[in-house]
Amino acid sequence: MDVLDLARIQFATTTILHFVFVPISIGLSLMIAIMETMYVVRKKEMYKKMAKFWGHFLLINFALGVVTGILQEFQFGMNWSEFSRFVGDVFGTPLAIEALLAFFLESTFIGLWVFGWNKLPKKLHLMCIWLVAIGTMLSGFWILTANSFMQHPVGYEVIDGRAQMTDFWAVITNGQVLWEFPHTIFAAFATSGFLVAGISAWKLLRKKDVEFFKSSFITAVIIAGISSMCVAMFGHGQAQYLVETQPMKMAASEALWETSDDPAPWTVFALIDTENQENKFELNIPYMLSFLSYNKFSGSVQGMNELQAQYEETYGPGDYIPPVRTTFWSFRIMVASGTAMILLSFYGIYLAMRKRLDQARPWYLKLMLWSIALPFIGNTAGWIMTEIGRQPWTVFGLLTIEDSVSTSVTSNQVLFSVISFTSLYLILLGVLAFLFVREARKSPYQDANAIPTIEDPYTHQGRDRHVTE
Amino acid sequence: MSLNDLWFLLISVLFVGFFFLEGFDFGVGMSLGFLPRNDTEKRMLIGTIGPFWDANEVWLITAVGAMFAAFPHWYSTLLSGYYLFFTFILLGLILRGVAFEFRHKMSSNGWKKTWDISIMIGSLATPFLMGMILAGIVQGVPIGSDMNIAIEGRNLVNLFTVWAGLAVVMLCLLHGLVFISLRTEGELRERSRKYALITLPITAVFLAVLALLASISTDLYTKRGGWLIAAIILGAVIFVLAALFLRKKLEKQSFIATSLLVVLTFATLFIGLFPRVMVSSLDSAFDLTIYNAVSGPYTLKSMTIVAVIFLPFVLGYQCWSYYVFRKRVSEKELAEH
Ligand code: HDD
Ligand code: HEM
Ligand code: HEM
Repeated sequence: MDVLDLARIQFATTTILHFVFVPISIGLSLMIAIMETMYVVRKKEMYKKMAKFWGHFLLINFALGVVTGILQEFQFGMNWSEFSRFVGDVFGTPLAIEALLAFFLESTFIGLWVFGWNKLPKKLHLMCIWLVAIGTMLSGFWILTANSFMQHPVGYEVIDGRAQMTDFWAVITNGQVLWEFPHTIFAAFATSGFLVAGISAWKLLRKKDVEFFKSSFITAVIIAGISSMCVAMFGHGQAQYLVETQPMKMAASEALWETSDDPAPWTVFALIDTENQENKFELNIPYMLSFLSYNKFSGSVQGMNELQAQYEETYGPGDYIPPVRTTFWSFRIMVASGTAMILLSFYGIYLAMRKRLDQARPWYLKLMLWSIALPFIGNTAGWIMTEIGRQPWTVFGLLTIEDSVSTSVTSNQVLFSVISFTSLYLILLGVLAFLFVREARKSPYQDANAIPTIEDPYTHQGRDRHVTE
Repeated sequence: MSLNDLWFLLISVLFVGFFFLEGFDFGVGMSLGFLPRNDTEKRMLIGTIGPFWDANEVWLITAVGAMFAAFPHWYSTLLSGYYLFFTFILLGLILRGVAFEFRHKMSSNGWKKTWDISIMIGSLATPFLMGMILAGIVQGVPIGSDMNIAIEGRNLVNLFTVWAGLAVVMLCLLHGLVFISLRTEGELRERSRKYALITLPITAVFLAVLALLASISTDLYTKRGGWLIAAIILGAVIFVLAALFLRKKLEKQSFIATSLLVVLTFATLFIGLFPRVMVSSLDSAFDLTIYNAVSGPYTLKSMTIVAVIFLPFVLGYQCWSYYVFRKRVSEKELAEH
């Protein structure tokens, strides 16, 4: 394999794995902030226990988010150095600002939160977790700004063969990021909502600490429900934006070879034949694609063949059609997981509102446990669609992926790093799963980590604080 | 001062700050191998940097991010050229980072040992490789007219770079030991001070020889001779003072002294480099400088505004976090979280 293929494999695997941890950090820190706020406001000890119990999950996950993130930042220079030279001005800026504004905030205040339970006044301690939550969201915003530039470049001019920034404001108010950010952030909230709801459901199923996990479940399922709805709504908006800015990606995600009829039907399912550029079989819902694209039941959507001809005129000869099957199916998987998430969480909210959680059917609770996987599937499919659907471009219309890759590395070097990072990541993912299960088995009311107070021989004040946490 | 100068300065400050802060984290990590006598002491050691190490690492992340934005060619040439070095650095940082979190999750001995070893490897390999890279940058690497480091003709491992790596490791170890004596109580405090007293002269020798090798391997003396001589003299004075302070058990003063040593060492490097950012061993016309590796003036201006507004807050809350955790780590402290 050549450097390009290996670099792509490495980017895909490491980023997808980074984005396993990222949504948990974003969503769970917010949820814990909410729990601790309830503790400070309502003064009920249980909410503190909740913040602490779910905090263990946050911390394990956060460590993995941090270490996998560092690799991401270096990877652009290591594997994609020509890309980095080309877009450093516009792309590096949000990255640098992310570090300054967001990473310092999250990393400093998570330290204060973890080690500060006995050192900080309650309100100050609460502020720390809120700042962590805000930090993770800020971080998402800045990196998605960078990503949005690649989808839809704005605020730049190509000078001396490099994209140079001319309008910072335009870069951070890129229409793409205004959709991408809420879609991704709500997806993150939903991810942690399903994580907490799923573990709580499992505990409820086994009738362990019922009060505690009922509260956790309700908090989580409400967040999951609202967020899933928002994800779908913003996703819909994003699809419309896509029709305008990257019609090829949209056409590929619909497997639309020829420009559609007016009104356009939405394809639920198709057998795609990329060789002959046609679909062997289609299952269609009439009007739906027009609605998805324009919010009305009329209007046709451009197909790939027409776009290909247009692009050849603009950008010169070449193949501008992305991998159709991958784009098509990843879109469907994402939408399917979103639909399932909405249904499941709303059923949970319904049960909670009627105070019938106690009699919830075992099948539902079991299903909720397995549904922890749904948002991860959605996230991964979403990113695959976004990034693969942009092929052959790295920066849409400006730079192709052949021109992005480093020229001064050898394929053996990249192969070595692909193998070592991938295997290390998989091991760490295994350890994470193992520790999650272990934490989940614990009861929030007895902490196995606690160590009895030790007589301190070096200070003679002898204040006797007993360890209850 | 032009914006090019300013961003070179800022990035240098970020790297120097990284070595000053993460330097003692590395030192603490290395000393995990020989300093503590039992598991409680190990936990005390890790406790000294527990709340800080992540934020300290962000200094590196910010430095590299700023490099990407302000000098994209510097970022691209360095990271792709030193490919395997960065691969190992990242593996080290990954292992070390998760180990801090995973270690205390289970009490089995094998589990703890695994993560202890991860911490030690990460804390040792990372400063060593970084020292080698920094030395290579000033010594010169085969950068061609296309701004890339040629694959053939790479000679990234030689006496000067290896020695620099070792010197950086020793410096971090010394800094870490002094930090431990400042941040712990009882036997550990005393023992780390003793080890620091042994490490001190060895580190001095390493740095002295490095300064000597630099006269053969680099052009630092012809470019910045006056500064370099002054730095060497100043360094020698600080070494003597540090030894005195350590003997007198003045831990705060000793820590200030080793901090100054770290700052002095790395600042000298960047001052010697300026206005270049990477030296080409093929032809000085191919040197990457703050003028040819830079991004557009508009980018620099925008980033300057953001940095000027937000940097004070960032520094402010980091200082506050050190203030909150100013108390020494004792066994009793440990039991509380
Ligand atoms: C939408 C959110 C999002 C996305 C798309 C990415 N990240 Fe990320 N990243 C985060 C959201 C995030 C976070 C939530 O802020 C993390 C995860 C867990 C954590 O500790 O911080 C984080 C951690 C993290 C760190 C470590 C920060 C620290 O030490 O505190 C770095 C250097 C990066 N990321 C860099 C990247 C790069 C270069 C990406 C592009 C490929 C990227 N991330 C994608
Ligand atoms: C975190 C979620 C993300 C995931 C899961 C993801 C996934 C992917 C995938 C699957 C590819 C395709 C690799 C291939 O073509 O084989 C890719 C490519 C790429 N993505 Fe992303 N991506 C994410 C976020 C980002 C962000 C935030 C950026 C920029 C800041 C980015 C920049 C790139 C670049 C530079 C490439 C390589 C060029 C290319 O193959 O098109 N990605 N990513
Ligand atoms: C239910 C209906 C949904 C619709 C209509 C929808 C729509 C979209 C569209 C059109 C994109 C591509 C944007 C682009 O390439 O510019 C996208 C990307 C994405 N989706 Fe969805 N989505 C839905 C559900 C979900 C769910 C449930 C999740 C995960 C929990 C999710 C996570 C993502 C992610 C992470 C991305 C990549 C980042 C981005 O481009 O925003 N989506 N979505």
